[in-house]
Amino acid sequence: MRLSVTAGWAKGGPFEGGAVAYLTLLVAGVVVLGPAGLPSPRAVCGGGPPGPRTLAQKAAGGSVACRLPEGREQTAAKRLALRSVKPGMNRIDKNRATRDRLIKRHGDPKQRPWIYLIVATGDIYEDIPQAQTAAREGADIIAVIRSTGQSLLDFVPEGATREGYAGTYATQENFRLMRAALDEVSKELGRYIRLVNYASGLCMPEIATMAGLERLDMMLNDSMYGILFRDINPIRTFVDQRFSRQIHARAGIIINTGEDNYLTTADAVDAAHTVTVSQLMNEYFAKEAGLEDWQIGLGHAFEINPEIPDSFRMELAQALLARQLFPKAPLKWMPPTKHMTGDVFRGYLLDGFFNLVGAMTGQDILLVGMMTEAVVTPFLSDRDLALQNVRYVINAAGNLSEDFHPPRDGFIQTRARQVLSEAVDLLERIVDDRGEPGSVPLLRAIGDGTFGLMKRPADAGKGLDGVVRCAPAYDNPATTLLATTLLEEGAGK
Amino acid sequence: MTTRDTRSKQVIAKASSSRAMPSRTVPDIIRPYGDTTGDGMVQVSFTLPIPHDKLAEGAALQLAAKMGLAPAMLVHAKAMGPDFTFFVVYGSATHLVDLRQVEVIEREFPMLSAKDVNTLIKKRLRRKLVVVGACIGTDAHTVGIDAILNIKGFAGEKGLEYYTEIAVVNCGAQVLVPELVARARAEKADAVLVSQVVTQKDAHIHNTMTMSAAFREAYPAGKVPLLIVGGPRFDQGSAVALGVDRIFGKGTTPGEVASYLVHAMTQRGAQTGATTKEQST
Repeated sequence: MRLSVTAGWAKGGPFEGGAVAYLTLLVAGVVVLGPAGLPSPRAVCGGGPPGPRTLAQKAAGGSVACRLPEGREQTAAKRLALRSVKPGMNRIDKNRATRDRLIKRHGDPKQRPWIYLIVATGDIYEDIPQAQTAAREGADIIAVIRSTGQSLLDFVPEGATREGYAGTYATQENFRLMRAALDEVSKELGRYIRLVNYASGLCMPEIATMAGLERLDMMLNDSMYGILFRDINPIRTFVDQRFSRQIHARAGIIINTGEDNYLTTADAVDAAHTVTVSQLMNEYFAKEAGLEDWQIGLGHAFEINPEIPDSFRMELAQALLARQLFPKAPLKWMPPTKHMTGDVFRGYLLDGFFNLVGAMTGQDILLVGMMTEAVVTPFLSDRDLALQNVRYVINAAGNLSEDFHPPRDGFIQTRARQVLSEAVDLLERIVDDRGEPGSVPLLRAIGDGTFGLMKRPADAGKGLDGVVRCAPAYDNPATTLLATTLLEEGAGK
Repeated sequence: MTTRDTRSKQVIAKASSSRAMPSRTVPDIIRPYGDTTGDGMVQVSFTLPIPHDKLAEGAALQLAAKMGLAPAMLVHAKAMGPDFTFFVVYGSATHLVDLRQVEVIEREFPMLSAKDVNTLIKKRLRRKLVVVGACIGTDAHTVGIDAILNIKGFAGEKGLEYYTEIAVVNCGAQVLVPELVARARAEKADAVLVSQVVTQKDAHIHNTMTMSAAFREAYPAGKVPLLIVGGPRFDQGSAVALGVDRIFGKGTTPGEVASYLVHAMTQRGAQTGATTKEQST
C-alpha cells in the first residue's frame, strides 16, 4: 500500500486500483535492497527493462504497461519479489551479528547513563571529525541531526552530502561513512560508539531500512510524532511506523521515542500525563511490531519551568515514574530546551540539575544538554563544558539511586501517582469514547486534538495521497519475509 | 544589580521589550561595570586551535590585548583534546561606549507574546484570524512555510498553529496560483502567506507578482487579504513593487509573523472601519 507511492511514480500515473498492488511487489524490492545488485524483474513485467529503478523511470514515463498477474503468474511474481528482498534482509541480519561481535570486542560504556551527543554541521565530511572528537571526549552515542525539512521529503536523497540546513541529510552513503568513522574510533577507544539517525517523516520505512543496511545502532522513531508535529496523515504514519519498527526489531536497533516534543508545545506540569500515555502507546506499538524491551528507548524530558516552586521535585517524580513503569526499557532522558533563555550561565546550572535527575533515577541514555541551546550551534568548548558537567554529576552522584527512596506518600510519590492516574484517565477516555461504528478510537482521539493540542483528522495531512486500501492481491515481500522469519523464530523457542 | 528576568520567555520577544526607566540620569559615555564604577571589567571565553602550553597562554593574552582588554588576566586555560585550548580571561576594556552614537533600528511593529496575539485578535476581530499558506510555483521546499505555520515552529518558537486564535490552512507545496486564490476565498482568509525558498532565474519574483495580480483581480479593491511572502532571496524593500504587503527574510520566526499580522490587522481596521464587522457575519 505504502511503498508503491514512495517511489513517487504510482501517484497520478496510469495505474489505478489493483495495478498498484502489483507494482508494489517490484518497488518493495527497491526499497529493501537499494538500487544496486538486483535480480532482473524481467520475468514479472513481461519483457520490461531490468532493474527496479529503470522500471520506475519507464513507468513514470508511461512506457511500461502493467497488469495485475493472476494464478500461476501471480505466484511467480510473489516468488520473484520475495527472492529480490532476501539479499537485503540477509545483509541486515549480518550487520546485527557484526554489531554484537564489535560490542563484545570493544565493550559497552563503563557507566550508565550512556552519553548521547549531537553533531549537525550539514556537511558529512565536517560531521565525521566532530563525531570522532566527541567520542574521544566521552560520548558513547553520536546522533547526526537531519537537515530541516527532510521529514517532508517523499524521497531519500542519495550520496554523500555537504549541504544541509541545520543538519545533515540522511542518505545511505552518509550513514555508511559515519558508521565507518565511528568503527575506527571505537577501536581506538576500546568502546563501541553507537550511531543514531532519524526514522521519521514521509520516508520513515526507507530510512529504517537504510539504517539496517548500514548498521546504525539507534533510530529516533515515534509512533505519533509525524502526525502531531509534522502534520503527516495518521494512517500513513501508523502503517509506516509498524514497518519501520519491524525492520528495527530485525536489525537489533534501539528505537528512541519523542515524548520530549509534547512538553515543548504544552506545559510540562499540566501535560505530564501525555508523556506517560505516549510512552505506553509507544511501548505497545513497539512490542506489537516485534521489538524487545531492551530495544525500546522511551523518551522523556526535563522541561518544567524552573521558576515554579518544587520544579526539581516534580522532574524527579516524573523521571522516577518512567523508570518504574518501564524497568527494562533503556530510557532516554532529554535536556531542557524550552526554558533555556540565552543566559548561558543559568543554562549550565539547569543542565547540571538535569544531569542530577538522570543520575538519581537511573536513566539509561542521557542526551547531553548544551548551555547554548536556543543561542547558537554549540562551540567546541560548549560541548567540552557540557561533558564536564555530565562527568562531574555521574562521578559525584551516579550511585545516588541506591540511597534515593522517596518516602511513602511524600511529595514525589503523590505527584507521580497523580500523573499516572491522569494518564490512565486519558487512555480510558480514548477507549470509552465510542463513536460511529467502524471508527477507530485512537484515530478519532488524534482527530479531536487529544494529544499535544493538535487536531489531526485521519482523512487529512501530508502524504494522504499515498494511503490506499490494500487490494486483494496486495503483497509486500519484505513484510512477508519479516513475518515468516519471526514465526519460525517463535516456533524455535 | 542583578534583576530577575520576569519578562517573556521568548528570546526574540525579550530583545524588543521596552527599556526599564533608569533611576538616575544616564551619562553619554560609559564603560563596562565589574564591581566599581569605571573599572571597565569584562569576562570573555574563547578557544584557540593550538595545544595547551605556554605559547597558547601567551596567544590568549595577545588576543585579549587586541580585543582592547588591558590589563587582562588569564584566569583559566584547559586543553580540549590534543589540538585545542579553552581560555577564560578577565580584563578591563579600554573602549568607551558613546550612547549618542548608538543607533536603534526599530521594526515597524511591536513584538507580542503568543498570549497577547491571541488576546488582541479576540478583542479586535471577535473571531479567529484565518491564515492560508502555501509554496507556489515549482518550489517543493516547504521548510519555510512549515517553520512558520506548523506547531513545531522554528528557533524555539511555536508556529502559528499553536496560536488558539489563528486558524491555519497549510496548502503545502507546488500550489497553483488559481488554487491558492480559490482556497483563500473559500476559507475567508485574512492573510495569505507564500514561501519561495528554492528559485532560479528570478522565479520567486515572477511567481509573487503573478500571485498578487491574481488576488487583486479576484477580490474587490480594499478587500484583498494581507499578502505576505517569505524567502531568503527576496529584497526586503521590494514589497510595493511585488504588490504584496510585507516581505520576510531568512531567520524570521513565527512570533514575528504573528505580531505583524496583529499590527497589520489593526492598521487595516483603522483604515476601513467597518470591514471587520462585515466579515464577521
